[in-house]
Amino acid sequence: MADIRTKIAGLQMVSPVMTASGTFGYGLEFAELVDLSQIGGIIMKGTTLNPREGNDYPRMAETASGMLNCVGLQNKGVDYFCEHIYPQVKDIPTNMIVNVSGSSPDDYAECAARINELENIPAIELNISCPNVKQGGMAFGVTTEGASQVVKAVREAYDKTLIVKLSPNVTNIADIARSVEDAGADAVSLINTLMGMAVDIERHKPRLSINTGGLSGPAVKPVAVRCVWQVAHAVQIPVIGLGGIMTAEDAIEFFMVGASAIEIGTGNFIDPAISVKVAQGISDWLDRHGSKSLQEIVGVI
Amino acid sequence: MGNMKQCKDLKIVAVERPNDGYVLLKLTDAEPLPEIRAGQFVEIRVDNSPSTFLRRPISVNFVDEARNELWLLIQIVGEGTRHLSQLQVGDMLNVLFPLGNGFSQGVAGERVLLVGGGVGIAPLLEYAKQLRKVGATPYLLLGGRSANNLLQLELFRQYGEVYVTTEDGSMGEKGFVTNHSILSPLGESEGAFRISCCGPKPMMMAVARWAKEHQVRCEVSLENLMACGLGACLCCVEKTVRGNVCVCKEGPVFDIEELTWA
Repeated sequence: MADIRTKIAGLQMVSPVMTASGTFGYGLEFAELVDLSQIGGIIMKGTTLNPREGNDYPRMAETASGMLNCVGLQNKGVDYFCEHIYPQVKDIPTNMIVNVSGSSPDDYAECAARINELENIPAIELNISCPNVKQGGMAFGVTTEGASQVVKAVREAYDKTLIVKLSPNVTNIADIARSVEDAGADAVSLINTLMGMAVDIERHKPRLSINTGGLSGPAVKPVAVRCVWQVAHAVQIPVIGLGGIMTAEDAIEFFMVGASAIEIGTGNFIDPAISVKVAQGISDWLDRHGSKSLQEIVGVI
Repeated sequence: MGNMKQCKDLKIVAVERPNDGYVLLKLTDAEPLPEIRAGQFVEIRVDNSPSTFLRRPISVNFVDEARNELWLLIQIVGEGTRHLSQLQVGDMLNVLFPLGNGFSQGVAGERVLLVGGGVGIAPLLEYAKQLRKVGATPYLLLGGRSANNLLQLELFRQYGEVYVTTEDGSMGEKGFVTNHSILSPLGESEGAFRISCCGPKPMMMAVARWAKEHQVRCEVSLENLMACGLGACLCCVEKTVRGNVCVCKEGPVFDIEELTWA
């Protein structure tokens, strides 16, 4: 049986498969349907310093081999998380990781500092695709300066594993990756969603309440694989790959181009147990190809 | 087994076509089906459908405990449901269920008016059965465009008096459900009955308005676009007096007092 245990930036994982933020709630929602202890890590819903209501409905549209979403980071804020949600999730037997979003470097840092206090949270994943409200709403993660600024502020406030989630809606994702590595990130995860749009032609309206949204699902996989390949060749820190993974074969593509671990997001909507099945499939694939461990295929391309 | 969620393949034991626009699938399992509350729904994976991706949420139409059958009455509205309508007896269907909160638990002696329109009548059949079972009295008020759109009337009659409206007058009283004369007699004992409603949104809004005017307790079943069906992704939210809540988890049934549009 091939060894698929993974160690990434200080995190010990029983499998290289994690679940992506915004698709698996706080893990509890899926507990009846899948054995959470077999998942490498659960990246929980995006958390912000202050509560957010999120965007108006409709927040999603199905697309060919995927979907658009504009949920808008609805969450009850970090204090509510620490007081009410953390007690319910702290004993889940896997890496429980908080995804952190914000509208200013100070917000990000303050939110990260509060999560730093939580003993059973070994890592945070920083969502830098949020609009910088002070710079006209442009996302932090679309410039090296913006990305660096946020990561530096958080690094000062947070001393555990810092994963930075990169946006693909940029001119050069390798440049962004290098700048967050320099700013102190322990790992990068990519890709976040691609900006997209859909129109209801009978009602003459965009399908999403805020017109545009993030595209995810199998449709984005080729873009994600390309980004992981480019970033893996640009940084030394571990790369976590995500974007349209539905099968073990999909995951293997990401490992080969340099991902040390992967996340599955939208796939959870099709099969709630997909993260465990894909992990099993990765192990089977390695066995069939005579590989004793996952490490043998990471970054071979 | 209780009410725990499952995701498994169920077998199609019957396919009925009440008319061109609908298909009724009857599903069974090797193991006993879980407890299902009327008003809950399932998420069906649609296979071999290149232009669709997500599961389709369909309400539970009926549970035949003796035969261990789960019935899904599906309106064919797009590619996903079209694929489902072409399934055959013996095919397997991957189903995530039971989901959602369901209609209010019935209480012995109460009178409940079940108001349905279009495919919204589907979950009311199971509810009528469950209400009878606990000693409550259901009344059915069902509306459709035309006689051809009114389904399962014989089945509904097994559980309560059935009143019908059609927009074209081809059956029952002509007009919308809110025009039906039954609302007056029942309304004479205001407070002595409550309403559970499921159908097109304009219909539910009209019923809610009537209920508010007559101070009758009323709940409606919403149908927002869903992705996960489990309350994890926050796509299907509806604004309530408590903020945005997930129709798939805190709903799909809501008391109209909770909603901001009612």
